[in-house]
Amino acid sequence: MSELLKAVEAPVNENIPPLRPGDVVSVHVRIKEGDRERIQEFKGTVIRLRKSGNEANFTVRRIASNGIGVERTFLLRSPRLDKVVVERHSKVRRAQLYFLRERTGKRARLKQKFD
Amino acid sequence: MFKGLIGKKIGMTQVFDEDGVALPVTLIEAGPCYVTQIRRPEKEGYSAVQLGFEEVHPKRLTGGQLGHLKANNLPPLRFLREFRVKSPDVNIGDKITVEVFNVGERVDVIGISKGKGFQGGVKRYGFGGGPKTHGQSDRWRAPGSRGSGTTPGRVYKGARGPGHMGRVRVTAQNLKVVLVDAERNLIAVHGAVPGPKGGLVMIKEARKQ
Repeated sequence: MSELLKAVEAPVNENIPPLRPGDVVSVHVRIKEGDRERIQEFKGTVIRLRKSGNEANFTVRRIASNGIGVERTFLLRSPRLDKVVVERHSKVRRAQLYFLRERTGKRARLKQKFD
Repeated sequence: MFKGLIGKKIGMTQVFDEDGVALPVTLIEAGPCYVTQIRRPEKEGYSAVQLGFEEVHPKRLTGGQLGHLKANNLPPLRFLREFRVKSPDVNIGDKITVEVFNVGERVDVIGISKGKGFQGGVKRYGFGGGPKTHGQSDRWRAPGSRGSGTTPGRVYKGARGPGHMGRVRVTAQNLKVVLVDAERNLIAVHGAVPGPKGGLVMIKEARKQ
């Protein structure tokens, strides 16, 4: 990538630890409502991480009410991200965990990895 | 105040604005440009400002080009381009940098689009092509009829059809300036800009504001 392209990169958010596929995370997002700002939490499993630079993003999947899967993609360098908390790592063997989309209930669990 | 620059397209990326919205931008390394000549109605019949961009080794230029620049004590410049203006309010030798443009302003960016080679009517003009089923063969991307029958008995000039596409001068109008970095001679505009990476572009004040 051109050096000049790198020059306009946004600063790295230091409240975001290195993420891995399969991590159970809670993402704290700043949300503006009129002139008030509040923080919304989105908790789920990281199913993919993409690219570097300003476009870097990650997708979090969680099961909402009635067993409906909800996925949300966040831009890693977005100033709207307040912080990300990693609650646990999982033992996974691939980079993209798309297979979780076809699974529900107990079959959609991942084995925890301790380190 | 005269506003115009010559630059090089660096590529696209996205940046965040103060609300945290990611904007698609094209980076252009623009300037510093020098005013190399001023065209006046009395002499040339029209008024314009000629800018030069990118200093090079003098050996890269021909004698005529060097002489044109040397007459005004200008450095050897690779590219010269004219900007039509009603009344030029700059002087020969003036240095123009990205700082002439402010964030939030609207600009037009002119470039030479990427060459696509010889292309069919479907890609070049958006023709529908032929039917894909019902026993058709070799008709999917056919241009169809080119005109009427015995009267006029010929194809009108300028009828759309297959041919060379791209590598023409294209203007992207009314792009918002998102970022100006005087230190790096960098300017970022919202959206796409014609031409390949490294292609020469001209930046002007927007005509239709």
